[in-house]
Amino acid sequence: MTERDRPEAVLALADGRVFRGVGFGARATAIGEVVFNTSMTGYQEILTDPSYAGQLVCLTTPEIGNVGCNTLDVESEAPGAEALIIRALSPTVSNWRAEQSLPDFLEGRGVPGISEVDTRALTRHLRETGAIMGAVSTEDITPERLVEMAKQAPSMQGKALAHEVSTAVPYTWEHSTLRWSEDPDVPEATLRVVAYDFGIKHNILRCLRDEGIEVQVVPSTTPAADVLEMKPDGIFLSNGPGDPAALPDVVENLEALLQGAGDTPIFGICLGYQLLCLAAGGQTYKLKFGHHGGNHPVRNELDQSVAITAQNHGFAASLESLGAGTELTAVNLFDRTAAGLRLGEREVWGVQYHPEASPGPHDAKPLFAAFAQQVRAHREQAR
Amino acid sequence: MPRREDIKRILVLGSGPIVIGQACEFDYSGTQAVKALKQEGYEVVLVNSNPATIMTDPEIADRTYVEPLLPEFIDDILAQENIDAVLPTVGGQTALNLAINCQRAGIFEKHGVEMLGADAEVIERAEDREKFKAAMIELGFDVPRSMYIRDGSEASAAIDAYGFPVIIRPSFTMGGTGASIAYNREEFDEKVSRALAESLDSEVLLEESVLGWKEYELEVMRDAKDNFVVICSIENLDPMGVHTGDSITIAPSQTLTDKEYQRMRDQAKAVVRKIGVTTGGCNIQFAFNPDNGRMIVIEMNPRVSRSSALASKATGFPIAKFAAKLAIGYTLDELDNDITKVTPASFEPSIDYVVTKVPRFAFEKFSGSDDTLTIQMKSVGEVMAIGRTLRESMGKAMCALETGSCGFDWEPDLGPEDVAAMLGRPSPARLWQVGAALRLGVDLEEIYARCKIDRWFLHHIKAIIDCERRVGEGRRGRVPAPAVLASAKRNGLSDGRIAQLCGLSEEAVRARRLQAGIRPVYKRIDTCAAEFEAHTPYLYSTYEEECEAEVSDRKKVIILGGGPNRIGQGIEFDYCCVHAAFALREAGYETIMVNCNPETVSTDYDTSDRLYFEPLTAEHVLEVLDAEARKGTIVGVLVQFGGQTPLKLAKSIEAAGYPLLGTPAEAIDLAEDRERFGELMGRLRIDCPRWGVARSSEEAFTIAHDIGYPVLVRPSYVLGGRAMEIVQSDAQLDRYMREAVRASPDHPVLIDEFLPHATEFDVDAVADGEDAVVAGIMEHIEEAGVHSGDSSCSLPPVGVSEAILEQIRGTTRTLARELGVIGLMNIQFALRGHRLYVIEVNPRGSRTVPFVSKAVGVPYAKIAARVAAGESLAALGITEQIPEHISVKAPVFPFRKFPGVDTILGPEMRSTGEVMGIGADFGTAYMHAYLGAGEVLPKGGAALFSVKDEDKDAILPAARTLHQAGFSLVATGGTAEAFRKADLPCTDILKVWQGRPHTVDALKNGDIQIVVNTSGISDRRESFSLRRTSLIQRIPYFTTVSGALAAAHAIARARETNFRPKARSLQSYHADAAE
Repeated sequence: MTERDRPEAVLALADGRVFRGVGFGARATAIGEVVFNTSMTGYQEILTDPSYAGQLVCLTTPEIGNVGCNTLDVESEAPGAEALIIRALSPTVSNWRAEQSLPDFLEGRGVPGISEVDTRALTRHLRETGAIMGAVSTEDITPERLVEMAKQAPSMQGKALAHEVSTAVPYTWEHSTLRWSEDPDVPEATLRVVAYDFGIKHNILRCLRDEGIEVQVVPSTTPAADVLEMKPDGIFLSNGPGDPAALPDVVENLEALLQGAGDTPIFGICLGYQLLCLAAGGQTYKLKFGHHGGNHPVRNELDQSVAITAQNHGFAASLESLGAGTELTAVNLFDRTAAGLRLGEREVWGVQYHPEASPGPHDAKPLFAAFAQQVRAHREQAR
Repeated sequence: MPRREDIKRILVLGSGPIVIGQACEFDYSGTQAVKALKQEGYEVVLVNSNPATIMTDPEIADRTYVEPLLPEFIDDILAQENIDAVLPTVGGQTALNLAINCQRAGIFEKHGVEMLGADAEVIERAEDREKFKAAMIELGFDVPRSMYIRDGSEASAAIDAYGFPVIIRPSFTMGGTGASIAYNREEFDEKVSRALAESLDSEVLLEESVLGWKEYELEVMRDAKDNFVVICSIENLDPMGVHTGDSITIAPSQTLTDKEYQRMRDQAKAVVRKIGVTTGGCNIQFAFNPDNGRMIVIEMNPRVSRSSALASKATGFPIAKFAAKLAIGYTLDELDNDITKVTPASFEPSIDYVVTKVPRFAFEKFSGSDDTLTIQMKSVGEVMAIGRTLRESMGKAMCALETGSCGFDWEPDLGPEDVAAMLGRPSPARLWQVGAALRLGVDLEEIYARCKIDRWFLHHIKAIIDCERRVGEGRRGRVPAPAVLASAKRNGLSDGRIAQLCGLSEEAVRARRLQAGIRPVYKRIDTCAAEFEAHTPYLYSTYEEECEAEVSDRKKVIILGGGPNRIGQGIEFDYCCVHAAFALREAGYETIMVNCNPETVSTDYDTSDRLYFEPLTAEHVLEVLDAEARKGTIVGVLVQFGGQTPLKLAKSIEAAGYPLLGTPAEAIDLAEDRERFGELMGRLRIDCPRWGVARSSEEAFTIAHDIGYPVLVRPSYVLGGRAMEIVQSDAQLDRYMREAVRASPDHPVLIDEFLPHATEFDVDAVADGEDAVVAGIMEHIEEAGVHSGDSSCSLPPVGVSEAILEQIRGTTRTLARELGVIGLMNIQFALRGHRLYVIEVNPRGSRTVPFVSKAVGVPYAKIAARVAAGESLAALGITEQIPEHISVKAPVFPFRKFPGVDTILGPEMRSTGEVMGIGADFGTAYMHAYLGAGEVLPKGGAALFSVKDEDKDAILPAARTLHQAGFSLVATGGTAEAFRKADLPCTDILKVWQGRPHTVDALKNGDIQIVVNTSGISDRRESFSLRRTSLIQRIPYFTTVSGALAAAHAIARARETNFRPKARSLQSYHADAAE
């Protein structure tokens, strides 16, 4: 399909602002919270990240689709972004790893895309209004109706989405990250970690495997007792979409897990980290337009070093709400929000950002090694 | 970490004259660094031999040495200035090499001085290719196979191992000097020996070829706490094989998946750590095999570079400023992002637009040179353009180049096969050739196979060509429908290109576009893709919905910059524009800069109140003016400071109803239109060479016969003496007329009487409409016939009577008044006997304004800006100042980069930059200038003379001076005879055609230490090898009598001081002058 044959498309916001563009991908209408991501690479990873479930993602980098899509860069088979909003769609695919064009890939996932949007104007709007509900349609729907649909849509606050994107059945993960010629060999998997799937990204699993960990992924609703029964060397809580405060069942379950896990190291990323904070008695709150990008500086409070991190979250944990035993381990230098916490004396901790990157810089990848170290130490102690 | 308290006084090393591979980007980075250090409370001493820089303005650093960048001068400066530390990382390769040489000579140790930002070991690890490669192998990274050699015999092993082609690189040079590709044995032998001569330590690297791979570059920073950030990724449109400085480049990178990009980032981080760059900015280049993803680290620069200037402008992240702050102890997280003000500098800019850089070449200046692009850099400047998409940004860049192109407008009368055949050879025209090939229906895959430009770019170019087709589909002479027009603008087509496609005038297209309401909006460059509010109005145009210009209601002045650097239009004009911005801001105006040259200080976002990064074309400038006019008052547009580029727009600007600041368009036209100007000169009874305007060959012959040969011929309206020649006969004129028509089709040819043996003067003046004050009178050292930009000059003049100077002043005032100049003007005079001629008047700032300002100690560009804005010279209290000390300006030439080009000077300007030398007497000043230009001053030995007949008497004083200074004289036939007649002892030597051993043998054997060779047009070919050999062997050579004499004086003076030069600061010279 050439540029000129593509259908008209519309993005409408709940406050009445309308952007017209050209459709690609699936012929569909999608409703969700509109967020922008400032990452300059990795559109495929972004749109397949289940944390974007319920969201329409605007990419600020203008030229999209250049490198097509491939099997390895898929972050999850679960639902991810509901729609893609971009400035310009590539007329071709140019990368040796590409297997499919972006429009074809989106069509396969049933996700609509809209291009030729003044994405910078949209981003500035979102920066001012905060995250807002919107609707994208590549079908024949009037802007007025779309605005109405956006208005009717419930806000992200209070939305429980993790169960919708979680795996229904447990499985074991065995793949490492993409290996380049300079990368060391992957060690044998000698450690066993159970990972709660709230919308887990493949690259988290791959990064764990790189550290010699065999990961057993379990559904979000798995009772704590079942997990403890598995006697894992460590427990991992994954990223995921939606409002953490809307998952009281999970929080309750995690409370039980915290109580029953003894010295087993527990590590949470993003939603997993927020849920951990809630389980420890803290609170979370909604950020104005969230953090979505690959350039967020995070300062390690222990050694004052700065890592450039990938981030993707609309909610944050409040440090003040947590007890005296909580240690702030990392701070987001863009807005000074908490980026990492350790709960009490035990190896129970988490980070708000994404050490698995994908997309984004690998500065924080050593956190997986640190977790593996804790898991190994625990395993040896337990023997 | 807070700033270091143990150092107080820092010496910043500048980068010297503009040369190919090292342009004004280092004025930008150096100025930023000096300002940043001063802001932190350090005392800053600066040394740089290039006067046309903002950094050498006496108010930028605490002490400013305009002195040669040589260890002996650094030694003397350190002895005088009580320096604690030296910053060598913001002055390009020149500063880095200088620092290493000082370190090796024990100068830093002697004075107890520390090097900031890099140490000698780090520099060596990064620059010594063998060490660098070893480090990469230790990291487990892939590298091209290579070997180091020290002589030709070792070279054969490389051929056996790698086959052809092979890359040949000398170590320790800049801009890829001497680096080349050999495709066969013969080329290989020749190129290896040249490379061995070019290398500072006589080592050459032979390397496996990765031609045709994709090329990327990451601009990164690291601080003392090991924090690492990537400021910008750059993707080259031209694949490996073309020097990155000569490549069209795009930011951010476009054809990498996140996995590949992060691998590159990981490797860059590991490389920086491994090499040990502790603080500051550096860049790492990668080659990438598009078929299988194999990636190789090519090289790194452990310093701020040309591409870091580009990256700074492309992202809004000021790398040099932060590099300076990191060098004195800060870490990135302790520094604020200037643009957002709320976020720290420890982050990676996210950009939501596409940046295209296109290099600017000057092959037309070097007849006989090959315009094939190779791994040795040959471009003289560059433009950067910003658009929301590749197509917009590429379209703007093509217009910004000022080569007359308005887009993909090369539509040759050739078949598809012919055009396709061109694509295998990279040249400045290749982008246009690709467009033409697509238009002619050449298959995209075939184009890819030939040029290896990534298919992503090819598809976009194809989309542009398809869009052109839709635009041109309608009837000739009819503007396309608004929807087509709007789509054309979004695809990056300029009004000029649309006009060509529809057979209309650009004005008609513009009118129709305005009528349809198709106007650009302006977006901000903010480092963060709009995530945070931007506090700096750094803007670019795009055809989209929302405008962020937020124009003010103030009184505003728009300053038009000089566009890309090229020969004849360089950093000097940017200097003037920057001064105008400073002066007019002080005077209370809102200053608004428009320019497209990323290397400059003018495009630093805090030089003016507002910056529009836009091409300097009527279309783009008028849109900016219309946008700014929506609120507030445009007091005027300043076109006279940016050289010929903005001057050309004067008429369009006035026609659109906007006032010019200072000199009106009418006065510009009066000075530039030869016929009108001739009438004026006649009326004022001012002598000027006889002249005529020829519109055909017949007319040219009539005029030339009327004037009598020799005559000077050139196309009208040119800068830098483009296509200017001295013609001696009908045959030469005939040849010229056929070539000149190609050089400038729309303009006739000017024919002037040539005044042999005249002395030329350059005069810069400021006029306010009533009166004019002479800023400086410069006497050219080379006689008339050498382009003023290529001639050395002395201020004040040393060999002319006060009466003549008075006559020059009087004529200057008369011309200023009669022309109606308000602001800067430049006049060129020639003196033959006692008769003074006016050669040329330019109602604008000239390339000598910065030199004059520094020599005299008065900021004339600032004064002229205020005068242009309405103040009077009397009110400002400006009078002519004549300094006691002598200042000499000397040009610097790029001949080494252009094999096969003759080095003899002529009316065509070919120098890329200049240096300044100051001294109490002419000999000292010239010596400093000469050394500053990178030449070697021989202490003794043999001087070879071979001069044309008419110079045989005139050359005697130079020969005598050298003889008295202890040189033995060697001369060819007639010259030797003349010497003996004058009682000068000399040895005979054969000319090259006379048998052996001859002059070139003597040069190659190291028997000659200085060469003086003048030649007429007829015997140029014979003496060519003499000049070329001198150049390659780095033996000082002079091609004019006066140049030789000046050098002889300088050598004599240097001997008197026992070759121990003294450095002295500008501030000290100026303080003396004030007393």
